[in-house]
Amino acid sequence: MLRQIEGSQAVARVVAACRPQVVCAYPITPQTHIVEAIGAMVKSGELPGCRFINVESEFSALSVAIGASATGARAYTATASQGLLFMMEALYNAAGLGLPIVMTLANRAVGAPINIWNDHSDAMAARDAGWIQLFAESNQEAADLHAQAFRLAEEVSLPVMVCMDGFVLTHAVERVDVVTREQIDAFLPPYEPRQVLDPSAPVTIGAMVGPEAFEEVRYLDHARHLDALGSIEAIAEEFAEVVGRPCGGLLSPYRTQDAELIVVALGSVLGTIHEVVDEARDRGARVGALGITTFRPFPLDAVRDALGGDARLLVVEKAFSSGFGGVLSTDIAMAVEGAPSRISTVVGGLGGRAITETSLRRVIDDALEGRLERLEFLDLDRGAVEAELARMAANRRSGPVAENMLRSLSASARRTGGGRP
Amino acid sequence: MTPGQPVRFFQVGSFAAGNRLLAPEMRTVQSDATRANSLTSGHRACQGCGEALGARYVLDTAMRATGGRLIAVNATGCLEVFTTPYPETSWRVPWLHSLFANAASVATGVAATLDAQGRNEVRVLAQAGDGGTVDIGFAALSGLFERNDDVLYVCYDNQAYMNTGVQRSGATPPAARTATTEALGPEPGNPFGQGKNLPLIAMAHNIPYVATATVAELHDLEAKVLKAMTMHGARYLHVLVPCPLGWGSAPAATIELARLAKESGLFAVFEAERGEVTASSSIRHQVPVEAYLRPQSRYRHLFDDTGAVLRPDIVGRLQALADANIARFDLLKSAS
Ligand SMILES: Cc1ncc(C[n+]2csc(CCOP(=O)(O)OP(=O)(O)O)c2C)c(N)n1
Ligand code: SF4
Ligand SMILES: [Mg+2]
Repeated sequence: MLRQIEGSQAVARVVAACRPQVVCAYPITPQTHIVEAIGAMVKSGELPGCRFINVESEFSALSVAIGASATGARAYTATASQGLLFMMEALYNAAGLGLPIVMTLANRAVGAPINIWNDHSDAMAARDAGWIQLFAESNQEAADLHAQAFRLAEEVSLPVMVCMDGFVLTHAVERVDVVTREQIDAFLPPYEPRQVLDPSAPVTIGAMVGPEAFEEVRYLDHARHLDALGSIEAIAEEFAEVVGRPCGGLLSPYRTQDAELIVVALGSVLGTIHEVVDEARDRGARVGALGITTFRPFPLDAVRDALGGDARLLVVEKAFSSGFGGVLSTDIAMAVEGAPSRISTVVGGLGGRAITETSLRRVIDDALEGRLERLEFLDLDRGAVEAELARMAANRRSGPVAENMLRSLSASARRTGGGRP
Repeated sequence: MTPGQPVRFFQVGSFAAGNRLLAPEMRTVQSDATRANSLTSGHRACQGCGEALGARYVLDTAMRATGGRLIAVNATGCLEVFTTPYPETSWRVPWLHSLFANAASVATGVAATLDAQGRNEVRVLAQAGDGGTVDIGFAALSGLFERNDDVLYVCYDNQAYMNTGVQRSGATPPAARTATTEALGPEPGNPFGQGKNLPLIAMAHNIPYVATATVAELHDLEAKVLKAMTMHGARYLHVLVPCPLGWGSAPAATIELARLAKESGLFAVFEAERGEVTASSSIRHQVPVEAYLRPQSRYRHLFDDTGAVLRPDIVGRLQALADANIARFDLLKSAS
């Protein structure tokens, strides 16, 4: 049903339509609106057969979901940033046990410095935790991916994290066609667990495994991830048949045919990227874009097919690995032959800084003309960085970096009468 | 029990009445040949492990109380490790181990599911060691209490992190030597602090039932599990389980030490409902704390080679703790 709706509300409605039996969460911006909405639906009686549990931490939120899933419930939770890191131990556990929990990750920067705004450092911190990670480009996709996430998780017995950009998507009000309960019922069969705690057929779940079998158990996890690649595509197709619009899948290529430059990215920034690609095409520049919808398992073959040829690759990332560089870039380099020499990484959008069309246009032009460094930080205030480096070189007790940076920005704002908000 | 079945389980060296002296309906669950054997033989616990003994009694009793409709959740710790060495398991109940700190929350998830699915006849029991309960799992447990989730949570208190090699926990008593509180310096062993009495903290949550027990009085332990299972909501059972490895005691002394802990007053055995103490087990033959301390090498620094008290100051402070317990829980009242 088409409606003008906040991203979080759309996601909450889709999750509710999937009839979860246990929903548990702990509040953290920008995830709050989603779980508040589901909580209200449970409280009002709109979701009979669902228990909404307020817990004392994210670690417990996911732990409740683990207990619920192992007892045969369809279980859901949502978090962001510090919350995701606080549940890290349980993230690995849920995946290692093969429990098909679905989670929304409202992507937000990880501190310090503490920051509530959007980037992808939280999702990247959980990259190797064994969860399937899907990235939404728009609120329509965020909503639809949740329906697919339950189906996928239960089919392959792995937990699925749907990543949607905090604020940019969670708090944006736009037109979304929210799947109906009837459509969900046609698409999502009841949950049939592979393993369940059942007094009539007792099993031991979570036994200790030593060196004699640990590698095999872990390998099976990898094998299931590889299997999931096929399921993701099949589920996206079936979803499109039921609801009549495409969504999900492994990748979303955009005007990549004959492109001499392909911009690769995750999440909502692809919207801006598409605008800039259209504009470049209008100018006659052969530019395209590739959205990575499925980040884990990483679709190596599909990426290779999409980025084959000899186009230059510009990976725009909202996260990086300190002392190294891009995270997604490394995966792209693994997928594509000869890629390392063709790839430039632009890290931007950190802690909520907008990735503007103007800035993107500039890096695309630089990339087309071969002027881009291997690793660049978009719109980095070099002056402020140099000043702080100089202060640190001059003084042993130079003080807290974040505070110094804010002080020097506000001083320069006083001088120029402006400044970054 | 099948008529004519010989009763094999009775307590030697304790003051508890042996099963053979009791009417069949008063005998322990454990003496019943049809007991569930929830934690069956073949596990890897040390000889004389109090935790293995306590868990067997607790689980079989809970199985009896629920007619076999029980799900168990276990924290990381000795109990988890010695019962599930790959590829074997000693558990004959549906059993889930997730992590060290989250047994309470995982149990909440199990209980919420059973409720959502209308399977309320199946009950949930969570179990953990003292470290998993009073330290790392404390926040999750307090959350379970505060929400009053329908879970019986059992803490097997052996007073240290045994599984990782006998390090100090928040439940380690003062003066006890552990691998991280060595018997060195002027205040050897664990320093005297305020203590962390989880049964009292549990009571402060006003939950329906809190009880303590030891493996010396297994009838009492079973009775408390049976009682807990007649109730709903969050229930907490704290069982003192001597650990020969960590306490430096003879495997055969496990029951006796558990009894001395109670008879000295150092460990108060009581019950509470909705935040009020409703009953306590009287000391039957009071002993000075040194009778309990002396057989344990974790307190060896308090005695000389002949067993004479070397540190009367420390033993005196421990005796004061026991006396305070005796007064607080009225442990010297004549048994009614
Ligand atoms: C997060 C985390 N920290 C530390 C450990 C290591 N660890 C495993 S068991 C254990 C001690 C358990 O002590 P307790 O809960 O008292 O149980 P016991 O073994 O004494 O029965 C520790 C420290 C762990 N598994 N997980
Ligand atoms: S170390 Fe202690 S608690 Fe662990 S198995 Fe041995 S006796 Fe039992
Ligand atoms: Mg312990």
